[in-house]
Amino acid sequence: MIDVVVDIILLTFLATTSIAIMRINNLFAIVMLFGIFSLLSAGLFVVMDAPDVAFTEAAVGAGISTVLMLATLALVKRKKEPYYDEAPQTHTAWLPLIVVIVTGSALVYGTWDIPSFGSPDAPSQTHVARFYLENSMLDTGVPNTVTAVLASYRGFDTLGEVTVIFTAAVAVLLLIGGKRPKPALKAKDEEGQDEA
Amino acid sequence: MEFFIGHYNYWVVIILMMVGLYTVISRGNLVKKIIGLNIFQVSVFFLYISLGTVEGGAAPIIAEGVKVYSNPLPHVLILTAIVVGVATTALALALVVRIKETYGTIEEDEIHNLDHSL
Repeated sequence: MIDVVVDIILLTFLATTSIAIMRINNLFAIVMLFGIFSLLSAGLFVVMDAPDVAFTEAAVGAGISTVLMLATLALVKRKKEPYYDEAPQTHTAWLPLIVVIVTGSALVYGTWDIPSFGSPDAPSQTHVARFYLENSMLDTGVPNTVTAVLASYRGFDTLGEVTVIFTAAVAVLLLIGGKRPKPALKAKDEEGQDEA
Repeated sequence: MEFFIGHYNYWVVIILMMVGLYTVISRGNLVKKIIGLNIFQVSVFFLYISLGTVEGGAAPIIAEGVKVYSNPLPHVLILTAIVVGVATTALALALVVRIKETYGTIEEDEIHNLDHSL
């Protein structure tokens, strides 16, 4: 029972944080709130019996993402006060709001057919999960089933993941790494200011 | 009440998903759009992990005396997704830095105006 209470409270916090992120204008505050959001998610993953995911989310989501975003903010801040504010909203975006409400209602209607949370005879529990839990110890000798599936049964998935990370790293280095012609950039910057 | 508790996870997932989507399509600041995408992404993680949870189950680490485990497969998929998500976020942020260098702004409207006034 206490599980369910903690689950519901943390989920409510999470929803509130996301709405705060949407409404606040200061980018620095948004990034800090996003760090809190990731940490809350990590907590929730522990409640939902997924400690491996929680470790990854806490280290990568709350740690690396936040650092990357702060570094980006330092590079993209305005030249004068307010450094980190986004441009104020001139009007309420009605069309996106309608799109979001319609999509959301359709999705909520879809949840009527999902087996309730934690139900042991849901379709997702009755297929390969049982096989992995029964055989991973015999096949790989690793007690942690998540590790066994990640590195052994679905090893090619992990290879694909590494390929994506490698590609992203190369692309990031090509975009902002190494030496770029500074004077040309400055000239462009000044042009931009003139036009603005 | 039982129906409410059994589906609360999914409804919060949908709220997060819609908040993320709304942030992406209604806000003009590129960094904020990326954070919106990240919120959307986390909502998908929650959908998967919620579907994998079993009532009274333990974390999927084989131990003596434990009968019920959560489903390990969604955990594996989401582990992969989290790491890939950070890689794509880093790429998006690098693009934002380049846009700032070239245009001097990260607001969508101002970038549009600069493009049209050329």
